[in-house]
Amino acid sequence: MLPLVATQALEVIPAMTNRIRVLIAKPGLDGHDRGAKVIARALRDAGMEVIYTGLRQTPEMIAEAALQEDADLVGLSILSGAHMTLVPRVLQQMRQQGLAEIPLVVGGIIPPDDAVALKALGVAEVFGPGTPTTEVIAFVQRAAGARP
Amino acid sequence: MELAELIIAGDRRAIARGISLVESQAPAARELVAALYPHAGRAHIVGITGAPGVGKSTLVNALALDYRRRGARVGIVAVDPSSPFSGGAILGDRIRMRDLAGDPGVFVRSMASRGNLGGLARATVDAVTVLDAAGFETILVETVGAGQAEVEIAQAAHTVAVVQVPGMGDDIQAIKAGLLEIADVLVVNKGDQDGADQAVAVLEAMLSLAPPRVGPSGDAWTPPVLKAIATQGAGIAPLAQAIAEHAAYLERSGQGQQNDQARAARELHQAVREALWERFLAQAGSELAAAVQRVRDRQIDPYTAAEQLLRDAEP
Ligand code: B12
Ligand SMILES: Nc1nc2c(ncn2[C@@H]2O[C@H](COP(=O)(O)OP(=O)(O)OP(=O)(O)O)[C@@H](O)[C@H]2O)c(=O)[nH]1
Ligand SMILES: [Mg+2]
Repeated sequence: MLPLVATQALEVIPAMTNRIRVLIAKPGLDGHDRGAKVIARALRDAGMEVIYTGLRQTPEMIAEAALQEDADLVGLSILSGAHMTLVPRVLQQMRQQGLAEIPLVVGGIIPPDDAVALKALGVAEVFGPGTPTTEVIAFVQRAAGARP
Repeated sequence: MELAELIIAGDRRAIARGISLVESQAPAARELVAALYPHAGRAHIVGITGAPGVGKSTLVNALALDYRRRGARVGIVAVDPSSPFSGGAILGDRIRMRDLAGDPGVFVRSMASRGNLGGLARATVDAVTVLDAAGFETILVETVGAGQAEVEIAQAAHTVAVVQVPGMGDDIQAIKAGLLEIADVLVVNKGDQDGADQAVAVLEAMLSLAPPRVGPSGDAWTPPVLKAIATQGAGIAPLAQAIAEHAAYLERSGQGQQNDQARAARELHQAVREALWERFLAQAGSELAAAVQRVRDRQIDPYTAAEQLLRDAEP
C-alpha cells in the first residue's frame, strides 16, 4: 500500500507549491488570542500556510519572523487598546528590515478613527469584531497575491 | 548580486527567499541548489524527532541557546503537517523558540510538510542546503510529530535525537520498530514529570537488546539515553555533548563517510525518479489518464498498463 500512497503524493505536490505564507502575531502584553486563532485557522482552511508566533511579541520579533519566514503578508491581532503605539513600531521595524512592501493588516478592537490613522501610516486594512472570515480570506488572497 | 551569492554571503533576506524558492520546486529552484551545492556540506545536521507534543520545539530552542553560548551559528528548520484537505497549515513551532529572537547567529524557518509522508517536507533537504551554504555550522531539523513510519530524518540528518516523554508505557514498546532504530541519541524530555527515570531505564534495557552498531572501522556506537527538562534548560549541555560525541564517532569510525555515500545515492536516485516521472507525464500524460480509466474499469491491471505505457512512451 505504501508505494501507492507515495505516488499519489508525487502527483498532488505540484499543485501544492507556491502557497501564500501569512505571519500572524500578537504584539504587546495582550492575552486575547481567540481572534488570532480564528483567523489563523480560517486562512489555513483556505489553503494558506500560517506561521503563528504566539503571544507577547515585540515589534522587533515580528519583523524578524516576517523576514525569516518570507511572509507574503503580516497580520497583527490587538485587543488591548495599545494599537496606536504598537502598530507604528511594527511598521518601522519592517521598514528597517527592508520589508516595507509586505502588506500589514491589523485586527481586533480598533476604534474607527484609529483605523483611519493606521491606514494613513501604511496599514493595508483593519478588521474589527464580527468581520466574516471570508472577507479576511478574500483580502489576504488579493493583497498577498499581488506581491512580486 | 545573484541570489546564490547573497545566500553564500549570509544575507538573511536572500536566505529566506532562497528557501521559498526551493519550496516552490520551480525550475529556478534547481538552479539555486546547483549553485549552492558546492558551498554546502560543512554543517552538522541534527534531527529532532518524536511524537507530537513531546517538546521537540522547546528542546530545539534550548539546544540552540547552548550552541550559541559556544559560538556556533545555528540554522533551524521546523516542519509541521499540512492539512490533507485544504493543503494549508498552521506552523506553530516558533511559539517555543522565542528565546532565539534578535540573535543574528540564528535563523529559524517553519516549513509545511506539503503532502510528504516521511516526517519532513520534500524541500527540507534543499532548505538545509541553503542554510548550510549560508554558513550555519549547526542545523537543527525538527520533524512533524512522528510515529513509527516517519523516519525520513534518518537520511537527512547526520545525528538523530529521538525525543520521548515519561509515562508512555506500552507506547515505548511501539517505537521499537521505527524511531528507536534511527536514534543516535535518545532524550527523555519532561524529566520534571513522574516516571522519567523509569522511562530512561526501559529505553536503556531495550537498547541493550539491540544488536550493536558497528562502523566500518569496527568502532561501535551505543546510543546514550539522556534525561532533559527542556522548559528549564536542564540536561541540555549533556545532550549537546552527546551529539558532539556522535559527530566525532561518525568521523572516527568511517560511518559518517558511509552515511554520506548512502545519502548521496538516495538524493540522486530520487532526483532521477522525479525527472523520469516528469518526462513521462509530459510525454504520456493523456495516455496515462486514459489508462487510469481502463484500470478503474478493470479492463487491465495496473502492472500491465504501466508496462504498456512505458513501452509506448519510449523515444
Ligand atoms: C473573551 C474576552 C476575554 C477573554 C480572552 C480569552 C482569550 N484567550 O482570548 C478573557 C476573559 C481572558 C479576557 C480578559 C481581559 N479582557 Co477581554 N474580552 C473578551 C471579549 C468579550 C471577546 C474577545 C473575543 O475573544 N472575541 C472573539 C474573537 C473571534 O473576536 P476578535 O478577537 O474581535 O477577532 C475578530 C476581529 O477582530 C478580527 N481580528 C482579530 N484579530 C485579527 C487579526 C488579523 C490578522 C485579522 C485579519 C483579523 C483579526 O477577526 C476576528 C473574527 O471576526 C472582548 C469584548 C469584545 N466584544 O470584543 C473583551 C475585551 C477585548 N477585553 C477587554 C479587557 C479590558 C480585558 C481585561 C484587561 C479585563 C480585566 N480587567 O481583567 C483582561 C485582559 C487579558 C489579557 N491578558 O490581555 C476589553 C478591551 C478594552 C480595550 N481594548 O480598550 C474588551 C474590549 C471588553 C470591553 N468592552 O471592555 N477577555
Ligand atoms: N513539564 C514540561 N513540559 C514541557 C517540557 N518541554 C516542553 N514542555 C511543554 O510541552 C508542550 C509541547 O511542547 P513543544 O515544544 O511544542 O512540543 P513539540 O514536540 O515541538 O510539539 P509538535 O511540534 O506539535 O509535535 C508545551 O506546552 C511545552 O511547554 C518539559 O521539559 N517539561
Ligand atoms: Mg514543535
